[in-house]
Amino acid sequence: MSRRAAIQCTRIAIAIIGVGLLEALCRSGIINERTMIPPSEMAGAMIGLLASGEITGDIARTFSTVALAFVIAVALGFATGAVLHEFRRARRAADPLLASYYAVPVFVFYPLLVALFGLNILPLVAIGVLAAAPAMTIGTLTGFDRVPRVLRKVARAHRLGAARTLFLVVLPAAMPGLLGGLKLALAYAFIGVIAGEFILSSGGLGYGIAFAYDSFDNRGMYGRMLFVLLVAIVANGILAAWETRLLHRRTRA
Amino acid sequence: MSEPAARLQGVTRVYPGAPPIHALGPLDLDLAAGEFFAVVGPSGCGKSTLLDVLAGLGAPSAGTVSVEGRKVRGVVPDGVGIVFQEDSSFSWLSVRDNVAFGLRRAGVGAAEIVRRVDYAIGFMGLTEFAHAYPAQLSGGMRQRVCIARTLVTQPRLILLDEPFGALDQQTRLLMGDELLRLWRETGAAVLLITHALDEAAMLADRVGVMSARPGRFIDVVTTAWPRERDSRIVADPAFGVVTARLWSSLRAESLRAMNRT
Repeated sequence: MSRRAAIQCTRIAIAIIGVGLLEALCRSGIINERTMIPPSEMAGAMIGLLASGEITGDIARTFSTVALAFVIAVALGFATGAVLHEFRRARRAADPLLASYYAVPVFVFYPLLVALFGLNILPLVAIGVLAAAPAMTIGTLTGFDRVPRVLRKVARAHRLGAARTLFLVVLPAAMPGLLGGLKLALAYAFIGVIAGEFILSSGGLGYGIAFAYDSFDNRGMYGRMLFVLLVAIVANGILAAWETRLLHRRTRA
Repeated sequence: MSEPAARLQGVTRVYPGAPPIHALGPLDLDLAAGEFFAVVGPSGCGKSTLLDVLAGLGAPSAGTVSVEGRKVRGVVPDGVGIVFQEDSSFSWLSVRDNVAFGLRRAGVGAAEIVRRVDYAIGFMGLTEFAHAYPAQLSGGMRQRVCIARTLVTQPRLILLDEPFGALDQQTRLLMGDELLRLWRETGAAVLLITHALDEAAMLADRVGVMSARPGRFIDVVTTAWPRERDSRIVADPAFGVVTARLWSSLRAESLRAMNRT
């Protein structure tokens, strides 16, 4: 078995043991059923919710919001990172702000965003963008910083213009940093949107979880939570697999 | 008389700042077509600056640079290939795609690309590794990929900035042989920047010895080696004479550069 496969097996084994332990604790009554239902029941509840179509609207609403926030955050974060990388003074001014950005709870701006955009999807998109864009900016800066200067010289030696240098040399060379930024931006977009729905929204998976919680509907709450968790894991897994595939060639010796 | 492959006239390079750093010149050089010219000098004397200015990667503060009679103005001239000291292979491309990079950008036809890339890969002894990625190769092989990438563009002037700087002595000698073979095969003029006196003495028709900063030529040594030569020339008694002369020209300048730092 290869080292990578062994790590994967260990990871899966830890997850199975963790879930099994939780199942045993719930079934034995050590964890009160009003606090948490067993994972097998969570899975059953999730399948039931999906099969009944009860959460189809919420899924569409939440994921379209996350997707929109993610796309805008990636574009905005990348553009900001690229500009900051080009202008040293702006970079020096922005670095401390970026470093301390995640100390700011962006959710405090929700009322302001509602006042600006109205009670619709846009404040949630804005929260998602505010949460995710700086991660993409930092990823872009990290990626661009790591492009060896000699590669830009090679581009000039081949008489490439600015656009071709960017697409053929700089972006591929910066890809490890950019992928890191993409992964974090997706995670933060998820967190921003679902937490935003949780706080103040009339629909979406976050709202559904909060509503089930307020209604003492444990099955509904944990079913939705499990679904969100699985989607986040799968989405991140796809990005991680893409990253591994791309970086594998660059690092294997 | 035929046009020189490259000509520098009164070239200086001053880096702005407080105080400004006078890195190079004034310096004159005529590099004949098909000539192998090496440049040696103490650390920080402006050797790489000289290459940048000649390649059009950096503008001279004064003086003129021309390649094949055409003035160089901030763009690498057509027919010039550059190999850098650092590993400049593209880690995300296979050896074959690395070598084909310049040709694809220049819009060369697919069949011609295959022909030239096959030749260059074979010439540099990389056929077995055509589909490998740089991370799978040794430092010497990666540098051969970079040389092949330059070779396929069929340059008439090849500029090499300490291309073997990171390699061990044996590999350097063998790479030197490959470089001589490449030079003979292409008929291109070569300008090699190196800090290794033996490398310069072994490879070049003429060796320019630069002073400590600001770099000027304080001596130009003609080696008078036959065109058909290889690394076995290091056993020739004349090789010791050439190397000794280079060192006698360079010793005082190296001490001057060391004392400055």
